[in-house]
Amino acid sequence: MSTAALAVSEAPDGRRVLALSGTLDAETIPVVWRDALRAVTEAPTRPVVVDAAGVEYCDGAGIALLVDLLRQPRQAPVEVANLNPSFDALLKQFDPHDLDHDLDPEVARRPAIEELGRTTAIMWRDMRTQIEFVGQATAALASAIRHPTTIRWRDVWVVCERVGADALPIVALISFLFGLILSFQSAVPMRQYGAEVFVADLIGLGMVREMGTLLTAIILAGRSGAAFAAEIGTMRVNQEIDALTTMGIDPVRFLVTTRVIAAVLMTPLLSLFAMLIGMLGGAFTMLSFGIPFVTFVKEVESAVSFTDFMSGWVKSFVFAIAIAGIGCLRGLQTSAGASAVGDSTTRAVVSGLVLIVIIDGVFAVLYFFLDV
Amino acid sequence: MDSGEVIIRVENLTAGYEGRTILENINFEVRRGEVFVILGGSGCGKSTLLKHMIGLYPVMSGHVWIDGHDIVTAEGAENEAILRTFGVMYQSGALFGSMTLLENVRLPMETFTSLDMEQMDLLARMKLSLVGLVQFTGHLPNEISGGMQKRAAIARAMALDPQILFLDEPSAGLDPITSAELDALIRRLADSLGVTFVIVTHELASIYAIADRIIMLDKRVKGIIADGDPRRMRDESTDPYVRQFFHRQAELADA
Repeated sequence: MSTAALAVSEAPDGRRVLALSGTLDAETIPVVWRDALRAVTEAPTRPVVVDAAGVEYCDGAGIALLVDLLRQPRQAPVEVANLNPSFDALLKQFDPHDLDHDLDPEVARRPAIEELGRTTAIMWRDMRTQIEFVGQATAALASAIRHPTTIRWRDVWVVCERVGADALPIVALISFLFGLILSFQSAVPMRQYGAEVFVADLIGLGMVREMGTLLTAIILAGRSGAAFAAEIGTMRVNQEIDALTTMGIDPVRFLVTTRVIAAVLMTPLLSLFAMLIGMLGGAFTMLSFGIPFVTFVKEVESAVSFTDFMSGWVKSFVFAIAIAGIGCLRGLQTSAGASAVGDSTTRAVVSGLVLIVIIDGVFAVLYFFLDV
Repeated sequence: MDSGEVIIRVENLTAGYEGRTILENINFEVRRGEVFVILGGSGCGKSTLLKHMIGLYPVMSGHVWIDGHDIVTAEGAENEAILRTFGVMYQSGALFGSMTLLENVRLPMETFTSLDMEQMDLLARMKLSLVGLVQFTGHLPNEISGGMQKRAAIARAMALDPQILFLDEPSAGLDPITSAELDALIRRLADSLGVTFVIVTHELASIYAIADRIIMLDKRVKGIIADGDPRRMRDESTDPYVRQFFHRQAELADA
């Protein structure tokens, strides 16, 4: 095991001598570094000689120790003597007084009011970008619909599979459990009044008008919105988006249209599926409360009208456009750096959820005035 | 310094990916303090050889001995000990994007040494000053140019003063002045500290300036077609591919 040693002595001519010996590397120097530094700093007016005659090996870490001794601000000089020429060549590479000179940008601390203003401006810019993007995406979609042959259908089907078919298990699980839990929680109190059969009405109306579509939209935001943002974000980081632009291919048309079309094709189907499975979950609970499946179906048939169904189902088209669109937008907005893709994925999910709530609210008000 | 002692021995190495053999039955030795250059055309397996030498991918067969330990079979503490003996600079730099340059270089020191934070900072600054980046210690990798990122990656590879440095195309993307400075740094570290370098590069100027020995790989034979001193190889080799490699590049440089 190699070690480093330090011996401090006073020379007759008034100089302080620090004799370093042994091996100077990252493993050995922590022991001597602090003592050596103290010996240099405690007598700032006396010249110091670091005698390195006994140093057998000195790597970058050892050189760092010597540089640290040389760079101390003091009145009398510090010098290193008798260092083996090959190690001395390493030492000579550094100017001890030039190691702290940074060009790094200052981290500005701003007053709260300025921060508030900046944040507002950023939010305003983001809102404008979103509006611009809605315009671009609509133009791209409209042109795609006018010229269906320009749509890259192979990509659309691939995205359809990922957005639609691959999401079936999770949509089924969540809707089934949701129907099961909701019906159970409402059946227990309603049984006190002998009204548990009306749980079928509740589940039927709830799933069809609101929850089937809403659950699907939330799953879509978490699964596909995030996936779109990550995919396009990675393309942005790898300069693939720049490559598309310089080839004269509009990234919005190339990447966004296919994803939005796929989402619009798949989300209504998934919503339909979620409604049915949710009701199945309700029927399952009802069975345990002694209400047969046929009764459940009859009750749902009498309670839920076609208008109810349409009022819920129509929303799935709007949700699909919003979630796929915001996922792609956040992907396109990705900045540089390793955390950038993660950030845009998070933003895609959060913005998607916010949009879902806003759109659902708008529909609720609209239906109230339309008396649906 | 134990110059002449073998520090890396590659023995009957066969390597590739997903069942596709890229290199077959490779044998060579690297001596301590040597600047060893791996050369060859695109797709001949230079980076593959490097990645298998550092144990990043499992070999198909054969052994890679680093300082007396076989990296192919080493596990646990032995593997960790081998990893401590070398530093690697990847082609893309592979700096951690969320950390400043100083933090990138300091990370291995924080993990493997008992130095104080200030001491590590000084050491990291010195490593960065060696590659001319001491003024950018607080920058994030995406705030500096590609060439600077590459230099910072070399500084990080040198953080723990390893015995061996593996550099994958260090001078690609660097301007000629920085590239020459880097060559001087490599030569100085090899001569004064006995650091062994294994370098994948195409730059002939740089090869003549630093290489003690080169091997040239060729994808047609899935192996080494030339081994030796670069100047002698240029002047004396009879292999048409080797001649073309050296002379065609020289012609381009003269043109």
